Amino acid sequence: MNLESIPLQAFLIVSSILFCIGIWGLLNSRNAVRVLMSIELMLNAVNINLMSFSSYIDNNLIQGQVFTIFVITVAAAEAAVGLAILLSLYRNRVTVDMESFNLLKW
Amino acid sequence: MSLAVTTQIICFSVLSLIIIVGALGVILLESIVYSAFLLGGVFMSVAGLYLLLNASFVAAAQVLVYVGAVNVLIIFAIMLVNKKEDLKPIDNLKSRTIISTSICLTLLSLLIRVDLSNIWGIADPNMTVGEESTIRIGEHLFSDYLLPFEVASVLLLMAMIGAIVLARRDVMNKDISTGLPVDQELIEKTREPLLIKKN
Repeated sequence: MNLESIPLQAFLIVSSILFCIGIWGLLNSRNAVRVLMSIELMLNAVNINLMSFSSYIDNNLIQGQVFTIFVITVAAAEAAVGLAILLSLYRNRVTVDMESFNLLKW
Repeated sequence: MSLAVTTQIICFSVLSLIIIVGALGVILLESIVYSAFLLGGVFMSVAGLYLLLNASFVAAAQVLVYVGAVNVLIIFAIMLVNKKEDLKPIDNLKSRTIISTSICLTLLSLLIRVDLSNIWGIADPNMTVGEESTIRIGEHLFSDYLLPFEVASVLLLMAMIGAIVLARRDVMNKDISTGLPVDQELIEKTREPLLIKKN
């Protein structure tokens, strides 16, 4: 299947929009779980970018797909550790409000 | 496998629409549970985009890892920390929202400008590996990407141990700060929360 019908720019624009939505959610969420979801959205945007480049520009060696697999691995580890940190924060402060996590603020 | 051009364009439009609307729903919806399920939909649509890009193995990995593991983990975390609470109002929330939105829009315009203005060196479509991509990924993982592949296994082990240590409660008999014995009761038993200002 050749992909001449869809331009590369369409994939890049979708991933740009997804990345910016992720950043907006990261900056504006009060709930810590939603912040973790925004990080996952940003990682997915990066993955779409890598996959489209690997398909259009490097379609013989497809190193972008290998990179995507590593990013997926790191994202899974990040989600597990992030949610464990969230649980222990919740246990100590009984809230998931990002504004109340101010122990390091001076 | 070959899809007609119109089918490809329709699939791409529908998947991108689901991705963008779903992502907006994830960050804007009031209920966090709806957000989590919408996030699963976004992950599935991203896997659909990967299928459109001729990468069946990565699409399968995306479904297995993101929808099967990360999303389920997020839903479990929501279940564990789900408490209705009234958020304290914060001052200058409006200016914060305006500043962050303008930063995001500026970044978006910059990214789209780069996407559209750069001249990408598109490779010859006849060179594509197509359905052999899984074989090619395996060759990469066991030749030139062998070291990252092995390091990833160590990373996963570290993440697993770290998550267990962080999420586990009361591994010591005595409290470090007070010296009193620590109760080893059920995890869900209520107890005095630490680190909360008493005023």
